[in-house]
Amino acid sequence: MTSQATPVPISTTRPRGLSGRRLRRIQEIGLGYLLLAPALTILIVFDFFPIFFGAFISTCDWKPAAAIGAETLLDRWLGPCVKFVGFEHYLRAFNDPQMWQSLIVTATYALISLPIQLGLSLFFAYLLFQNVRGKEMFRVVFFLPYITSSVASAAVWSFLYNPDKGLINNFLVHLGVMDPEKVWKWLGEPTGIFALMARNAGVALPEWLGGPSLALLAVIFYTTWVFLGYDMTLFLAGLGNIPGELYDAAKVDGASGWKLFRHITFPLLSPTTFFILIITVIGIFKAFNHIYVMTQGGPGDATTTTSIYIFQQLYQYNRYGYSAALSFILFIAILGLTIAQNRIAGSRVVYD
Amino acid sequence: MASEPNTWLSAPQRTHTHPSWTRVLIYAVLIVGALASALPFLYMIMTSFKSYGDIINNNFWPWPPFGNETLQMQNYPDAIENVGFDKAWQVPLVVRYFANSIIVTVASVVGILLTSIFAAYALARMELPGKNFIFILILATLMIPPDLTLVPKVVMMFNFGWYNAYPALVVPFLASVFSIFLLRQFFMQIPKDLFDAALIDGAGHLRYLFTIVLPLSKPAVVTTALLNFIWAWDSFKWPLLVTRDSNMRVVAVGLQQFMASEGGTKVQLLMAFATMVVVPVLVFYFITQKYFKEGVITTGIKG
Repeated sequence: MTSQATPVPISTTRPRGLSGRRLRRIQEIGLGYLLLAPALTILIVFDFFPIFFGAFISTCDWKPAAAIGAETLLDRWLGPCVKFVGFEHYLRAFNDPQMWQSLIVTATYALISLPIQLGLSLFFAYLLFQNVRGKEMFRVVFFLPYITSSVASAAVWSFLYNPDKGLINNFLVHLGVMDPEKVWKWLGEPTGIFALMARNAGVALPEWLGGPSLALLAVIFYTTWVFLGYDMTLFLAGLGNIPGELYDAAKVDGASGWKLFRHITFPLLSPTTFFILIITVIGIFKAFNHIYVMTQGGPGDATTTTSIYIFQQLYQYNRYGYSAALSFILFIAILGLTIAQNRIAGSRVVYD
Repeated sequence: MASEPNTWLSAPQRTHTHPSWTRVLIYAVLIVGALASALPFLYMIMTSFKSYGDIINNNFWPWPPFGNETLQMQNYPDAIENVGFDKAWQVPLVVRYFANSIIVTVASVVGILLTSIFAAYALARMELPGKNFIFILILATLMIPPDLTLVPKVVMMFNFGWYNAYPALVVPFLASVFSIFLLRQFFMQIPKDLFDAALIDGAGHLRYLFTIVLPLSKPAVVTTALLNFIWAWDSFKWPLLVTRDSNMRVVAVGLQQFMASEGGTKVQLLMAFATMVVVPVLVFYFITQKYFKEGVITTGIKG
């Protein structure tokens, strides 16, 4: 045990040399900052700085080609700003129907995905929790889609969804539930699901009743397939954390089955559920790879989420300033949503 | 606690013994779910061995005993040939894609491990002025959606002269907040006494980190490496944005570009290519899968 050292006196005369202890301390601090430096440098250069740089770009007509052959550093970084436009891009975005459409698609994507994804993964986690044999094997298999390259699995699913050659329609036609002359186009179908069903029944629905497009639903099924095993693993961990005595006590009081789930499992699982809810929403705002591979945002703009829209403006049209402005609007939307989510869902979470 | 009087009541129920038909139903549902998870991969592999004719005719199983086709092994060399040739390295483009992916992935994972281990150790075990502020700063980057920094980062790649070159695919990803966080949590669990003992033996922080902390943290380090490997291998949007030449593509971009061109119609070749991309990762996953579970549960990471 080290004894309490006498504090170094703050004297007006400088100490002749650094005491061993102080030298060590200074060395430790230096080493500590040195260890932090690489990670911090990367984060500052590629995460924090781009926020400010992006804000600047969003107020410009930005032409990267203008910097080619630039002599000075300043020319290279400011030269592409061929014209300062202030908030023009933001105003344009607010009057851009495609921007609003992309927000609607993203919101629909989230609102449908959430209950399906959470419900299904909780369901399977609950089944696996019932002391089944081969639990680990099931978990490993359910986890496969998450681990696989998303571009590859999206390519496979595009083929599964193929109207004429895909496994899904083949299966449905074989079952006799789909007319081989009127197969669904899945990823290629911008019509709403209710409108399609009504059309099959010979009824025409008004457009606002059409429901989410079949293409978007196809994307949602794929997303569910990918994240099922992932969410299930988290739910399983959450279920394992609920103390068994609570169930025993409730059983003494005569509770069973659904009541146990409703009054013990569900409330005590709420921190896990809330956590999955948040990361699922974040995941949906980030969703890009599979949508780009399966539909590139189409047909029309049926699956153009904000993430796809921002990318298109940048990659296809080279609208740097506009794309940057869109990403700031999206950021504000996400921020607002996160706060609302915390207020609404967060207050229902039971922490013990 | 009321445990004593209810042991006789709860004892038979504790083991979750359900009536047998319920158990049958549970297994049935689980097997359907497992099949749904695995079937697309099996179908991908099956399709990669079919002829184009069998795909057009919706022949699910063209091989014996139901059909008389043979496995179309030729699809694989055909796929490689169809994707193209890299004149720079004198190899098929597929080989170049894999080489690029391996270069980028290995460099990223090694880099992330180094920066994260150092940062995590400093945050977990060293007393530094402003440490809490730095930690909050690091965590705050999690709040930044990747889309927000997309445009400026692409511009930066142009300005750094990294566009269409390896540094653009590696350097921006050399710090991973999740990895720092995961490792820090793990380092903090290592008893402080060990450090004091090492200190008495004259070891400094670095020696302590390398000789005691790291060997003890092997599971956390392996998990970090594996998760980052999977994410780096999967990266698509960024490489698509910052590379121009076909020989700078990574496998994910190469696969998508093939799908958008010839592979869109020659499905058997597309599936052969997809199988080449997926199978190594699946094998890798089966070998190392127990670490993934740990990683997901500890950090709840969503890629």
